[in-house]
Amino acid sequence: MHLLKLDSVSRDFDVSRPWLNRVLEREPRRLLRAVDRLSFEVTKGETLALVGESGCGKSTVARLIVGLHAPSEGRVEFHGRRMQMIFQDPYASLNPRWRVRKIIEEPMRVLETKKEVGELLRQVGLSADDAERYPHEFSGGQRQRISIARALAGEPDLLICDEPTSALDVSVQAQILNLMAALQERLGLTYVFISHNLAVVSLVADRVGVMYFGRIVELARSAELFARPRHPYTRMLLDAVPDLDMSGKSRTPVAGEVPNPLAPPPGCAFHPRCPHASERCRVEAPSFVNGVACHAVEESRI
Amino acid sequence: MILEVDHLKVQFPTRRGTLTAVDDVSFSIAPGEVLGVVGESGAGKSITGMAVIGLLDPPGRIAAGEVRLEGRRIDNLPHEELRRVRGRRIGVIFQDPLTSLNPLYSIGQQLEETILTHLPLSNAQARERALSLLREVGIPAPEARYGNYPHHFSGGMRQRVVIALALAAEPRLLIADEPTTALDVSIQAQIIALLKRLAGERGAAVMLITHDMGVIAETAHRVAVMYAGRLAEIGPVREVIHAPKHPYTVGLMGSIPRISAEQKRLVQIDGAMPRLNAIPPGCAFNPRCPKRFARCVVERPDLLNAGSSRAACWLHASA
Repeated sequence: MHLLKLDSVSRDFDVSRPWLNRVLEREPRRLLRAVDRLSFEVTKGETLALVGESGCGKSTVARLIVGLHAPSEGRVEFHGRRMQMIFQDPYASLNPRWRVRKIIEEPMRVLETKKEVGELLRQVGLSADDAERYPHEFSGGQRQRISIARALAGEPDLLICDEPTSALDVSVQAQILNLMAALQERLGLTYVFISHNLAVVSLVADRVGVMYFGRIVELARSAELFARPRHPYTRMLLDAVPDLDMSGKSRTPVAGEVPNPLAPPPGCAFHPRCPHASERCRVEAPSFVNGVACHAVEESRI
Repeated sequence: MILEVDHLKVQFPTRRGTLTAVDDVSFSIAPGEVLGVVGESGAGKSITGMAVIGLLDPPGRIAAGEVRLEGRRIDNLPHEELRRVRGRRIGVIFQDPLTSLNPLYSIGQQLEETILTHLPLSNAQARERALSLLREVGIPAPEARYGNYPHHFSGGMRQRVVIALALAAEPRLLIADEPTTALDVSIQAQIIALLKRLAGERGAAVMLITHDMGVIAETAHRVAVMYAGRLAEIGPVREVIHAPKHPYTVGLMGSIPRISAEQKRLVQIDGAMPRLNAIPPGCAFNPRCPKRFARCVVERPDLLNAGSSRAACWLHASA
C-alpha cells in the first residue's frame, strides 16, 4: 500500500496583468503551469527525493502534497494519518515571538496524547532547557533541529522536507542529515526530500525523481540513477556537479538556461538544450515510459 | 606577488568589548593564481576580502597588519586614493549580481561609465571595449543586449555582466565573494569555467571566497581554510582536499556528501564554531577536536609546515 500517491497532478498559477490592463489592452488571461501532470507514489519507510534546478516546480510539488496549494487537475492521495513539513529557511519558519516550548507544542494541539517537549528536544540533539529560550538564541543548525522537533511533535508518518539543509554550512548539514537518517531508522519515518543538491540526494534517497520544467523526466532507484543516468538532462546535471575528487575529468557546463515558463517550447521542454534532440523532440512531448520521458531513450538512440 | 597580506587583524569595537573577526592572517597570491578561501559562515572569509579592498563596514577596522598590492601598501592609503586604486586595479564580484548593478542604467551605460572613469579612451573606444567584454564573458548577441537593463537578464547572465564590469579596467586583482552561490549547478559550471579562463589569460590574481569545496576543487590552485577568524590551513588544492593536515579540515572534507561514495552517514564534527566573543584559549578548534592534547588548550599554534601545506596545529610541531 502506498502512503502517498500523486495521480496526474497539475498546478497552474494565474500571472495575468491586473483586470483593468487586460480589459484596456485586450490581453488574455495568462496561466503559468508550474507542475504538469505529475504522477508518483511513495511507499512507507522510504525516502523519495525530487531534484531539479530552481524554477522546475519541485517546491510547488511539496506545497501540493501538504495542501498549501490545491491541484488544478489530478489528485493527491494520502493514506497515512498525519504529515508535517520542514522548510528551507530555519530563520523564517519559526515564530520569533514564541518560546521554543510553544513552537513545539503547537502541532500537538490536535493530538490526544501529548509528547513531552523536553523528550522531543533531546531526540534532535538539543537539551530540555532549550524549551524556555527564543529562536534568535540559536544558530541556523540548531533552529533546523527545532523545526525537526516541531515536525516530530505532530507524530507524522510522512515528512515533506523542502531543501532542509540548503541554508546550512556543510558541517552543520552533515549533522542534520545524520540526524534525519537516525530518526528515520528509529521512528520508521517516510520522507519526501526536495533538493537541488545531487550529492545530498545521492546520500539520503532510496528513489530519485528528476524534475525539469514541471515534469518528472526520470525516476529511478538512487543507485541506478547515479550509476546509469538515462535522460539527457539527468546526464547533464550529473556532469555539472563539481568534481571533489579531482579525478581530472573536466566538468561539462550545461549549455543554455531553463526556458521561460510563460512561453514553453513545443515538444519536449528540454529540446533546446539537448544534444540528442531530433525533429520529433521539437514537436511531440515525450510520455513517461519505464521511468524516463525521452524520445531518444525510447528509440534507443542513446 | 600581486597581493600580499601580512598578519592582518580586523576588529569590531562593540559596547561589550572588542571582537576580533580576523586574527593574524597572512597569505599572498601570484599572477595568474587562484587562491580559494573557504570556511563556514562567520569564519571571517568575507571580512578578510573586504579588509583587503578597504571596504570594511564601520565600526570594523584593520587593527594590525599590512595589505600590499604589487608591492605597494594600500591599507593605509587616504580614502580617495584607495578608491582610485580599487577602481583601477581591483575588480570585485559579489554573490548577488543585483547589488553590483544599478537597475536604472542599461548594462552598456554601466560598462562604458566604468571604462571611461578608469581608462583614457574615447566614447567610441569605450563602447567597443564594452562590447568585447560582453562577448568575452559569453553574453550572446552583445550588440542587441547592450541597451538592456539588469532586470532583462537571468541570474546567470547578470553574473556575467558583473564579471564584465569587474574586468572593465583590467584589474590586477579579482576578488570573487561567493560568485556562484546564488546560481544553479548548470550555470555555476559556466561561470567557474569563465573565471578560470580569465585569470589564466590575463595573469590576474584571483581571491575566490566560497563555502563550496567543489568550486574550489575545480578552480583554485591553492586553498586557505579559515576557522574562527584564523587560518587553520593553507596549501596546494590537491593536498588540502586529499590529504588535509588540520583536524578541522579533515572533518570538513568528510562532512561533504559525494555522489561516488557508498556512504550512508557523513563524518560529523560535533558542536559549532565558537562565537567571536567566546573563542577558547589555545587553538580555537580544541573543544571540538578529536586529537586534542594538553598543549592545544593553552598555547595557540602558528602555521607549521606539514607536507607541502602549512597547518595551525600542534600535531605538526617538529620537536
